[in-house]
Amino acid sequence: MSPLLSAQGIGKTYGTRTGCRDISFELHAGEVLAIVGESGSGKTTLLRCLSGHIEPTVGRVSYRMRDGRVLCLTDMSEAERRLLMRTDWGFVHQDAREGLRMGVSAGANVGERLMAVGARHYGNIRAAAEDWLARVEIPGERVDDSPWAYSGGMRQRLQIARNLVTEPRLVFMDEPTGGLDVSVQARLLDLIRGLVRRLNLAAIVVTHDLAVARLLSSRMMVMQQGQVIETGLTDQVLEDPQAPYTQLLVSSVLQV
Amino acid sequence: MTAQSYNFAYLNEQTKRMIRRAILKAVAIPGYQVPFASREMPMPYGWGTGGVQVTAAILTPDDTLKVIDQGADDTTNAVSIRKFFEKTAGVPTTERTGEASIIQTRHRIPEKALRDDQIIVFQVPIPEPLRFLEPRETETRKMHALEEYGVMHVKLYEDIARYGQIATTYAYPAKVGDRYVFDPSPIPKFDNPKLDDCPALQLFGAGREKRIYAVPPHTKVKSLDFEDHPFEVQRWDEPCAICGSRESFLDEIVTDDKGSRMFVCSDTDYCAERQRAGARP
Ligand SMILES: Nc1ncnc2c1ncn2[C@@H]1O[C@H](COP(=O)(O)OP(=O)(O)OP(=O)(O)O)[C@@H](O)[C@H]1O
Ligand SMILES: [Mg+2]
Repeated sequence: MSPLLSAQGIGKTYGTRTGCRDISFELHAGEVLAIVGESGSGKTTLLRCLSGHIEPTVGRVSYRMRDGRVLCLTDMSEAERRLLMRTDWGFVHQDAREGLRMGVSAGANVGERLMAVGARHYGNIRAAAEDWLARVEIPGERVDDSPWAYSGGMRQRLQIARNLVTEPRLVFMDEPTGGLDVSVQARLLDLIRGLVRRLNLAAIVVTHDLAVARLLSSRMMVMQQGQVIETGLTDQVLEDPQAPYTQLLVSSVLQV
Repeated sequence: MTAQSYNFAYLNEQTKRMIRRAILKAVAIPGYQVPFASREMPMPYGWGTGGVQVTAAILTPDDTLKVIDQGADDTTNAVSIRKFFEKTAGVPTTERTGEASIIQTRHRIPEKALRDDQIIVFQVPIPEPLRFLEPRETETRKMHALEEYGVMHVKLYEDIARYGQIATTYAYPAKVGDRYVFDPSPIPKFDNPKLDDCPALQLFGAGREKRIYAVPPHTKVKSLDFEDHPFEVQRWDEPCAICGSRESFLDEIVTDDKGSRMFVCSDTDYCAERQRAGARP
């Protein structure tokens, strides 16, 4: 089976500043890739290029559609790309307020994608919303609450439910546990890991936290100054880091 | 300044041509919001300058104009717009729906069915139905272009979740000609069915927002809804206290300081015509 997503020579510059450069890799169905690196190393830039939110300055991202066609993101029509983003992809933001509609209820947040693809039966939409809230461990009676009434951890779980309701095959996550209490982080990570396994989701997870990478991903890429300096199976990279920077990262973090 | 020093209907011919071009485009693409270079009018924006400009651009000396606000011809807004055109265009005006060739309106569509030789001009404050959920103009344009209208149902979903029913009663969104979702201006949803397959040309002008849109004669206009919460219009338990109509949109009127109330037709011309024909409660 050909890869689900493949990146070839991705680079993005902001004027004279480098966001990321010369990045190539393949992601297979059901595989979880972690992108780690310090602040400013280009993780978010790369993720936004991969997910079609910004256009890379050079390079190509191609994706295997549900019907088997392999298409380059830039060759798709805008309508096709936006439909892909709303159905077969998910995007979980670090700041839940960016990924949610804060002005409407949790149920409407989860139901939105269904309505976007033509669901027109209120009762069915609401039932699907309640079902997905339960799957992210939010009690059904909170379905009509505003996300403003949710805790930080609940908002992240709501964001996940809102994305997964259309059963996407690929989810992009940018620091999904950033800014949360440690205990809340742990519960969220368990939940994400469970969902990813059960739904056989592919995911690209940006994090500066090696513990997140270790828990969620099978493969990881380490970035520094816009470039990938090391890549490999997560366990191997963490146990036997090759690049000096990775060695520093691993020794400083994992021993605490 | 005397009335004679104005060009016919106040606007100069070049401006009228510009507005007519926008109107033609609007008619060619039913429900699509056409940008136009809205002019300063000698009245504040909230007073219907968009509708006034559209009316000024289509008015001819042979026309007979009717102006209503909330269904009545004698409210301040309606009176001042009618006077404006009496003064600047010298056209005859009427309060009778059947005698008007152009009807400018705020908040209502007359009860009497419109004909194919009539044009109705709506004053629009906010033309963009997607504005509630998406404030960015670049994004709403894209959503219209790609027919991404899911968020309209998010709003209706939210109504039902909160109030047990679709609580939107004014400016109820509808799809025009199976393509563009539009805001029919703040008319009650009671009037939405009149938009559908209407023989008259329907024009919408938003002055402050600089948009014109149209529903050409006999165009399909479908109010948005859910399969299990179908679109419904308002109903009243009692008839009009003056003419006894059970078919018209009723306003609640407080009749004394003890809180006594009655329901009467909001369309005063419709009510008066029924009274002339002998209708009683
Ligand atoms: N919109 C932008 N305009 C200009 N420069 C930018 C922009 N976005 C990012 N950059 C620059 O690109 C580089 C990579 O930034 P990026 O946000 O991708 O890093 P990051 O790894 O996600 O960092 P963090 O961990 O802090 O989120 C940085 O030098 C940053 O200043
Ligand atoms: Mg970042």
